Amino acid sequence: MWDYITERNSQLLYQSYQHLSLVIQCVLLATVIAVGLAVVVHRNPRIASLAGAVSAVGLTIPSFALLGLMIPVAGIGTATSVVAVTFYACLPILRNAVVGLAGVDSTLIESARGMGMGAVRTLFRIELPLAWPVILAGVRVSAQMSMGIAAIAAYVLGPGLGSFIFTGLTQIGGKNALNSALVGTIGVVLLALILDAMLLLVGRLTTSRGIRA
Amino acid sequence: MPESEPEVSGVDIELTDVVKRYPGQKKPAVEGLSLHIPAGEIVMFVGPSGCGKTTSLKMINRLIEPTSGSIRIGGEDVSRSDDDDLRRRIGYVIQGGSLFPHMTVTQNIALVPGLLGWDKRRTAERVDELLELVGLDPNRYRGRYPRELSGGQQQRVGVARGLAADPPVILMDEPFGAVDPITRQRLQDELLSIQEELRKTIVCVTHDFDEAVKLGDRILILTEGANIAQYDTPEAILANPADRFVADFVGAGAALKQLTLSRVSEIELGQPTVAEIGDPAPDVLRAAKAAGDDSVVVLDGRRRPVDWMWTVDLSDVDNVPAPHEDTDLVTIDRRATLNDALDTMLMSSHGSAVVTGRRDEYLGVVDFQAVLARIQDGNGQPEAEVAQ
Repeated sequence: MWDYITERNSQLLYQSYQHLSLVIQCVLLATVIAVGLAVVVHRNPRIASLAGAVSAVGLTIPSFALLGLMIPVAGIGTATSVVAVTFYACLPILRNAVVGLAGVDSTLIESARGMGMGAVRTLFRIELPLAWPVILAGVRVSAQMSMGIAAIAAYVLGPGLGSFIFTGLTQIGGKNALNSALVGTIGVVLLALILDAMLLLVGRLTTSRGIRA
Repeated sequence: MPESEPEVSGVDIELTDVVKRYPGQKKPAVEGLSLHIPAGEIVMFVGPSGCGKTTSLKMINRLIEPTSGSIRIGGEDVSRSDDDDLRRRIGYVIQGGSLFPHMTVTQNIALVPGLLGWDKRRTAERVDELLELVGLDPNRYRGRYPRELSGGQQQRVGVARGLAADPPVILMDEPFGAVDPITRQRLQDELLSIQEELRKTIVCVTHDFDEAVKLGDRILILTEGANIAQYDTPEAILANPADRFVADFVGAGAALKQLTLSRVSEIELGQPTVAEIGDPAPDVLRAAKAAGDDSVVVLDGRRRPVDWMWTVDLSDVDNVPAPHEDTDLVTIDRRATLNDALDTMLMSSHGSAVVTGRRDEYLGVVDFQAVLARIQDGNGQPEAEVAQ
C-alpha cells in the first residue's frame, strides 16, 4: 500500500486538498444559509419546530439517492456535489442555530433593546454571540457528515477523495482495488479529524471567555 | 466633593391619560394613568402582581407602546423621537443586572456610550469613574466577566451600566430582587448615596413595600389596571392610608415600618476607642481602659473599619494586628434605616453596629439604646400616629 501511496503522491495530495476545500466551502455556505434561516424562523415557535422536523427528515434521505435524483436537474460535476453537500451540511446547523437562538435569555434581549440597541444590532452583538457555541457544535457535526457525503459525491464526478473509493469499488479483484478504496477511506477520516481540530481552534478563538464552558 | 446640595440633573416625567390595551383582552392592562414625576426624585411603583406597574414603567421608554395617551420627558413627547434614540437617553436597570455574559464589565458599561459614539478615552475614563461610584475597584473588576462576579457585584455593574451615558432619567425594574437581604440593604444604601450626588429622576418598580418606603421620595400604589390607589410621600402613606386597599397593602405594623423612615444618620453615634492597624497594643489598652470600653474598633490606613476586637484579645500582643482573612466585619451605611441597623445589631456579637460614611469611612457605632431613644422621640410627633 505504501508503494501505491508514494506512486500517486501528488494526485493524492491534490484530491485531498480538493476534498477539504469542497467541504470547507460547502460548510461555510451552509452556515450562512442555516443561520440566516434560523434567524428568520426562531421567533415563530411553529415555524421553528417545522424547521426542526424538516432537518430531521432531510437527514434520512440517502445521499446516494439524492445525488442520483439531481443529475437530470444539475447535471454531472462539481455543481451537483456542491448543492448536495451544502444541503446536508445545512441541516444540523439549522437545528442547532434554532435551539441556540431560542436559548438566549429573553431578559437579555429586552435589556439590550431597553438600552437603545436596534433589532439588527441586538442580533449581531447579543443573540448570535450567545448562541454561537451551540451553532458551532452544529457546524462540527455538519463538517464530519459532509466529509462522508463529499466522498459519495464522486459518483457524480465531483472533486475529492471519493474518486479513489469508487475506482477501488469498480475494480474489485483488480491489483490495486483494495489499496485504492482504503487510501480514499482513510484519507477522508484523516481529513475529518484535521477539520474537526481546526473547528475546535476556531471555537476557542471566537467564543467569549465569559461563556466558554 | 462638596457637601452642599448638588444640582438636580434629572428632568420631570408627565404621563397623561396613558392607556395600554392588549389585543384579545377585555380589560386594558393600564386604564388611563395620569401622573407627574418631579425632576430629581425617586418614585417607587408598587402594587400587587399584574397591576400594570411594570407595563407602565416600560411605556416610559417605549419597550411597550401605549395604545393612547401621552408621555413627556422633560416636556418632550416620547412618541416623537426614534425609539432607540430615546432609550439611549434613559437608563434602564433590571433584576440581577442582566449583564451580557459574553462581555466584560467594561464592555457592558461601555455599551451605551459606544452607541452614542463617544471616543475611546472618554468611555474608558467614564467606566472607571462609574466603577468607583458603585464601589468596585476598577483595576480589579474592569476586565472580569459577569460570571466571575457575585450577585451583588453584578447588580452594581448593572446600576453603573444604567448610569453610563449620564441619562437624566433612570428606569429600574425590581433592581434588587435577585440578591440576599444583606446585599440588598447595602445596594439600597449605595443607590441612595449615588442619588444624593447625582439627583436623577428615578422610576423604580418593586413588589417590596419596605423597599419603596426606604428608597422612595414618593410612592405610587397601584391597583389592577394601573389605577392609582395613592400617590404620596412614604410618611403620608404610612400615616394616612387612603383606603382599605392601601392599608392592607402597607400591611400590619405600620408603626414599626416608621423604622424604615428614620436613618442612622439622624442618631447620635457612640464613639468607642479606635485603633489603627499596627498601633502599639499597650497604648490602645490604656486608652480603652480610660474610656471604660471593653472593645476597640480597628481601622485601616484609609480609616475604614476592618475589625472590632475585645480588649482581652489585645492584652497578649505588641501591636494591633491586621484582621484574619475570614474576619468579615458587618458595617452599616449612615443612610441605612433604623430597621437595617436593628437587623445588623441582632447579628453582631457586640450588640451594636459600626457605622460608615462616604467611601466606607468610619463614623462611629450605634447601639440599641440610641435606636430606642430615637423611636420614643418619633412617637412624640403627630405624623407618626397611624390613622386606621
